[in-house]
Amino acid sequence: MHFSGLRVIREALTGHKGWKPLWRNPEPQPAYDYIIVGGGGHGLATAYYLAKAFGRARIAVLEKSWLGSGNVGRNTTIIRSNYLLPGNEPFYEFSMKLWEGLEQEFNFNAMVSQRGILNLCHTDAQRDAYRRRGNAMLLAGADAELLDREGVRAMAPFLNFDNARFPIKGGLLQRRAGTARHDGVAWGYARGADMQGVDLIQNCEVTGLRIKAGRVCGVETTRGPIAAGKVGVAVAGASSRVMAMAGMRLPIESHVLQAFVTEGLKPTIPGVITFGAGHFYVSQSDKGGLVFGGDIDGYNSYAQRGNLPVIEDVTEGGMALMPMIGRARLLRVWGGAIDMSMDGSPIIDRTPVEGLYLNAGWCYGGFKATPASGYAFAHLLATGRPHETAAAYRLDRFARGHVIDEKGVGAQPNLH
Amino acid sequence: MLIPHPLLGLRDAQEFTYLGDAALLNRPDGMAEGAEAAFAEYVYLRDNPAGLHRELWFHEQGDRSWLVVTRDTTTHQILGAELARDVKLKGGAA
Ligand SMILES: Cc1cc2nc3c(=O)[nH]c(=O)nc-3n(C[C@H](O)[C@H](O)[C@H](O)COP(=O)(O)OP(=O)(O)OC[C@H]3O[C@@H](n4cnc5c(N)ncnc54)[C@H](O)[C@@H]3O)c2cc1C
Repeated sequence: MHFSGLRVIREALTGHKGWKPLWRNPEPQPAYDYIIVGGGGHGLATAYYLAKAFGRARIAVLEKSWLGSGNVGRNTTIIRSNYLLPGNEPFYEFSMKLWEGLEQEFNFNAMVSQRGILNLCHTDAQRDAYRRRGNAMLLAGADAELLDREGVRAMAPFLNFDNARFPIKGGLLQRRAGTARHDGVAWGYARGADMQGVDLIQNCEVTGLRIKAGRVCGVETTRGPIAAGKVGVAVAGASSRVMAMAGMRLPIESHVLQAFVTEGLKPTIPGVITFGAGHFYVSQSDKGGLVFGGDIDGYNSYAQRGNLPVIEDVTEGGMALMPMIGRARLLRVWGGAIDMSMDGSPIIDRTPVEGLYLNAGWCYGGFKATPASGYAFAHLLATGRPHETAAAYRLDRFARGHVIDEKGVGAQPNLH
Repeated sequence: MLIPHPLLGLRDAQEFTYLGDAALLNRPDGMAEGAEAAFAEYVYLRDNPAGLHRELWFHEQGDRSWLVVTRDTTTHQILGAELARDVKLKGGAA
């Protein structure tokens, strides 16, 4: 089933009777060449590229709940490539380029909207740091502009320019950044993978990894054992739990991150705006709701819900930055279990168990990475070698001292 | 979340800062054989359990004591708190 404008018109004229489910709902086969554990954005993108870009077959994605029930359906949908460090920036820029062609690539409307991201700075030191970051972005082929105070005012006149404690001094703008429809991304990859023959198996929790003589040979699931040549794990907040089945301990703590949405408003916020003096960021969805968030709660959690102190902290940040937000009514608050790594950067690597691969440590920022993460993980699974943009994301980098610590806060996950 | 401080009674978790797994009380011996590997594990690897977790909280805006809090990471229910000092003197947080 190919989507096109013509198709929409035809269906509209014929009572919308021709639409079909986006994917099959197959029974698990006894064996596959590749099993991807986790049907979130990263798992689905991995399966898609494994089949489409690397021509592999006999692939299954095993998801314990429904597709997209995890963080891919809970995030605040921001996509950007404004990182500083050489281990990160080329990877996120690769992802940004994949976003730019994604909807044509998988023929699905993921509502990718390059409405820009503006990171505000409030001190001279912060402006210097943004100048440096912008230069790092330009060197990696991304776009970056440094705005002065008047440049910011022209873009976002509603910000609080009279804040004496945290004056707005300017901002780092990446125009190619923006938002995408999170569910649409999961559905687009799922449909694309299904069309390539990938079995997407829902309500199938992996409960054990079968390992013989140091080699993975399959998985135990709530729907019976399934044999596999290679197993790729992409389960975000559940990474430590699944890898414990292989006797591994990870450089990861699971934390809760909350997000917020208000009632629908008329268009007010042009792109994504981040406060540089407290943790608060905001964008406006196409439906009109202000979507915003801030810090993680800061303690280990698998509860997928947070507590009030962070809600207070985030809304205080919002009030300091754009007092008008106080007039909007909050509709919903929710949380997701995220895999905070020890340096705030991800892991895409093989493991000490032959045939077992890990994709984890995405912290609060893995949505933007979805295309590149899927591509790089598929590259690793198919060829046995890391993708050139993901070569720094090694599991042993911590012991070797090659951490990728954007914030420079050390092995303290709740500070990243 | 309210933390039952052994000396001060129920205190709001906001008065505390969080460090992580109480296994951090068991610092490896830097002079022992294999200390480098032991420290890499100590600094970077975590059990990260779903369920009961013994963890270090610092009463920064209170009496500045370190506590070992037992908490369920799937529900946030707090089951108890001890002074980290007592835990350490009893032989660590194993
Ligand atoms: C509130 C919030 C806001 C965020 N905002 C942003 C943002 O603005 N920009 C950004 O870039 N990132 C953001 N993120 C981070 C981003 O959402 C995640 O890093 C990313 O979605 C993780 O990858 P994923 O999509 O594969 O994870 P998930 O969607 O969580 O996928 C993992 C899947 O694995 C499944 N699973 C777990 N255990 C098992 C098992 N044993 N067997 C089978 N399946 C299993 C889960 O059910 C889940 O569906 C945010 C996260 C949260 C929680």
